[in-house]
Amino acid sequence: MSAPLTSLDRPNSYIGRSVPRPNAKRLLAGRGRYVSDLKLPRMLHAGFLRSPHAHAKIVSIDTEQARALDGVHLVATGTDLARICTPWTGTLDHFKGMTSAPQLPLPVDRVVWAGQAVVAVVAESRAIAEDALELIEIAYEDLPVVVDIDSAREAGGPVINPGSANNTCFRSQLDNGTVDAAFAHATHVVEEEFTFGRHTAVTLEPRAIVADYDPAAGMLTVHHATQTPYQFQDLYSRHYGIPEARVRVIATDIGGSFGMKLHVYHEDMAVVGLSILLGRPVKYVADRIESFVSDIHARDHRVRARMALDAKGEILAMDVLDLTAVGAFSTYPRTSVVEGNQVIRLMGAPYRFKNYRASLEVIFQNKVQTSQYRAVGHPIACAVTERLVDMAASKLGLDPFAIRAQNVIADDAYPQTSATGYRFEALSHQACLKRLHEIMDYDGLRAEQADLRQRGVYRGIGIATFVEITNPSPAFYGVGGARISSQDGAILSLTPSGEVRCMISVTEQGQGTEAIISQIVADQLGLAPEHVKVITGDTEVTPHGGATWACRGAGIGGETALQATRGLKRNILEIAALILQEQPSALDIVDGEVVDAGTRKPRLPIAEIARIAYFRSDTLPPGTQAQLTVSHHFAPQGYPFAFTNGIQGCSLEVDVETGFIRVLKHFIVEDCGRVINPMLVDEQLRGGIVQGLGAALFEECRYSETGQLMNGSLADYLVPMPMEMPDIVIAHVETPTADTELGAKGVGEAGTAAASACVLNAVNDALAPFGATINSIPITPAKVLKALKRF
Amino acid sequence: MSGFDGTLLDESDATVRVRFVVNGRKVACEVAPRETLVDCLRNALELTGTHAGCEMGACGACLVQLDGRAVHSCLMFAVQADGATIDTIEGLTESGVIADLQAEFHRRNALQCGFCTPGMLVNAHELLSQVAQPSREEIRDALSGNYCRCTGYEAIVDAIDAVAKARSEGGGAT
Ligand code: FES
Ligand code: FES
Repeated sequence: MSAPLTSLDRPNSYIGRSVPRPNAKRLLAGRGRYVSDLKLPRMLHAGFLRSPHAHAKIVSIDTEQARALDGVHLVATGTDLARICTPWTGTLDHFKGMTSAPQLPLPVDRVVWAGQAVVAVVAESRAIAEDALELIEIAYEDLPVVVDIDSAREAGGPVINPGSANNTCFRSQLDNGTVDAAFAHATHVVEEEFTFGRHTAVTLEPRAIVADYDPAAGMLTVHHATQTPYQFQDLYSRHYGIPEARVRVIATDIGGSFGMKLHVYHEDMAVVGLSILLGRPVKYVADRIESFVSDIHARDHRVRARMALDAKGEILAMDVLDLTAVGAFSTYPRTSVVEGNQVIRLMGAPYRFKNYRASLEVIFQNKVQTSQYRAVGHPIACAVTERLVDMAASKLGLDPFAIRAQNVIADDAYPQTSATGYRFEALSHQACLKRLHEIMDYDGLRAEQADLRQRGVYRGIGIATFVEITNPSPAFYGVGGARISSQDGAILSLTPSGEVRCMISVTEQGQGTEAIISQIVADQLGLAPEHVKVITGDTEVTPHGGATWACRGAGIGGETALQATRGLKRNILEIAALILQEQPSALDIVDGEVVDAGTRKPRLPIAEIARIAYFRSDTLPPGTQAQLTVSHHFAPQGYPFAFTNGIQGCSLEVDVETGFIRVLKHFIVEDCGRVINPMLVDEQLRGGIVQGLGAALFEECRYSETGQLMNGSLADYLVPMPMEMPDIVIAHVETPTADTELGAKGVGEAGTAAASACVLNAVNDALAPFGATINSIPITPAKVLKALKRF
Repeated sequence: MSGFDGTLLDESDATVRVRFVVNGRKVACEVAPRETLVDCLRNALELTGTHAGCEMGACGACLVQLDGRAVHSCLMFAVQADGATIDTIEGLTESGVIADLQAEFHRRNALQCGFCTPGMLVNAHELLSQVAQPSREEIRDALSGNYCRCTGYEAIVDAIDAVAKARSEGGGAT
């Protein structure tokens, strides 16, 4: 990487600067345009009748009264939609042997979780649609319900998908090195079984979609609150048989997604079909209760793991079994096995040991599907690894910092391949550990902890190192046959008045995509960012690309913008050189002016070049064709993923009388490569950590024995609120990736990846004087009291 | 035209006329008795800056000012608000009363998706009109009914804190 990119004293150097997001002003004024706000002429509203049973046969559906209600335009069942929509299956080829039953927008003969949509009503208002739902009668015949992992795995137990031998969705194994020998020769072995509850995204804006099919034009337009408009363009086209060029998906402002809104939902597919059947726009916005029972959930793992160490505390091996239950189907098109796959591959990632064995078993059950949600698999792999490391440290009498310092891959030892087979380009665990020790004032915290213990106050300190997967290549989905792009595209124009318009395939969910893209374009071209207009999220306008997920917006989208801008700059300077009778290499652009490269003496505004090229091309030398629009695609090459790393620390207090935990302060040292906008990176970290703290302490989708979600409302499902959340101290180490010019990697998952591990270690640290331990997340007061044998 | 069949109308079609002063202007609308204030504001009056996140008083996305106080518009029927003076994010923006809060939220990036933001601003405005110099603890406490999934809250607390200090120093926050 050349130095100028980081030097902030160069003119127009915006990469690396904390600039506020220009598009945030609209949102602050209440002028956001969310899909839930959208109203189109002749628009109708859909509502869904949902199954009260977790597993049942649909015997009959009587919709007569509902159809007769005034204001009702359509009542549609599974059979009605199956006539126009082809089924989908949530499997990918590179997950060998995985199975999942075909899915339709609405079920035809069987429901497989409580809350599954069964019948759709389209009416003039949502209220009328809901009135009509009450008039529908469905006769069900109960089938045996499979709720927990153990009963789902029982041989000869009830099977969810008829025709399959058991409830197994997928199995996978890894076996590297000599694990048995390592355990046989180990001085110390630590072992534990961990459970991770289900939780869910709880975006503040629920899922929202408006489908608008125009039969005259044969054109489908879908306003879809999603991260991935291109993926949905492809899916709507293929499943409804509409040519791709006649499907337009527009993803405008979105009230949070975090991975949840990039999956196919049955209701969303149904709404598209309903609009096709009616030839009118149809809107559906999930209410909060519907969100809880139909949005994907995440986690739900039970992990048994052991770690072998030698007498000095060197980690020798890990052996892991991950069982995870994913609902009745695997989610489409990204599947429900990626999380488990990442759990077994991220285990032990920061450390040097080479012997590793893991089994993954992914199981079906009668609950709503799980799938990718922020930090997929990371919190589980991190919590298991880091807790075992702490258990080993206490067995060996080592400090948590010391055992990690001893075992992390050294900063100067890269490139490296992990015991699980991931290839790391360059990570900085040692630097991060050192920095965390400083910013936490670790010794001070320990002294205070000892002091307070004398007075019956139980504080805990926990740390957790982590590795995060970012910038995924086609190895992630493409190789499995999914039409999910790992490249991005940008179209960049110099407008007639000398401004720049950038249409790019990465999308905005509030993390600041548009801001960083404008910074990169402005920086690379040489003008102020306010003269760069970034346009995202419309398949009719922006070029095809992967969009924003799995931490790829800055790394891949940013590089796309950088390369496109360099292309546009070359073209501008070529025309400038002709006009000024100079060599292009003798010229540069600063603040929107072409200048002499050496002296920076202004020669000609780029607006003047645009004016001449667009309106007075007759004055250019014959044969000149000015190319002031550039299109450019970029697909990551080199390493299949750009891994990032970091370490978190947490200080908390456990009330041993009530079991309540108060997080006092949280710390993170993070290395996401080149930082484009430090403020936005810090806000990603803070938001991610708080999501991780929610998972660690509060959030769990609780089910009854009959498969009913017991706490599906915002009053019953606990989310982190301002009162319970700590201030968060942040520091950075920067190890850019050499795979791109920009050098940026992702940062969206880092906060969530290690927060629960950190809290788990801190709570166990606090409980150490009692000999009590916790191995289950979320760490509720009841679990704390149980561990203390007070409940 | 004759032939309109009166039996097609039933009670659920009955609407009630309500009048409010919304963002400084008198408005009247016909609402169904079961319609909540948030739905009336968003649908009939097209004031979509007020959001609905839970419709049960738990998330704060729907907060508006009603007769000068922050109120959950999801917990109130539109008919109950008949005769009230209501200010939504749109009106508070236009009048400039929260301009300093908005600028500080922007400067510190105290929002990501922005869905919680109108409710946060209404609540922050309420807090600062009650308590001139709240502590960070008091700010967090006041926001304890405002859910934000994106930010982690710290920047929001920082922004309100900075505005409180700037206001009490007599200048505007910058
Ligand atoms: S929508 Fe009113 S508090 Fe959530
Ligand atoms: S900014 Fe997204 S919910 Fe607060």
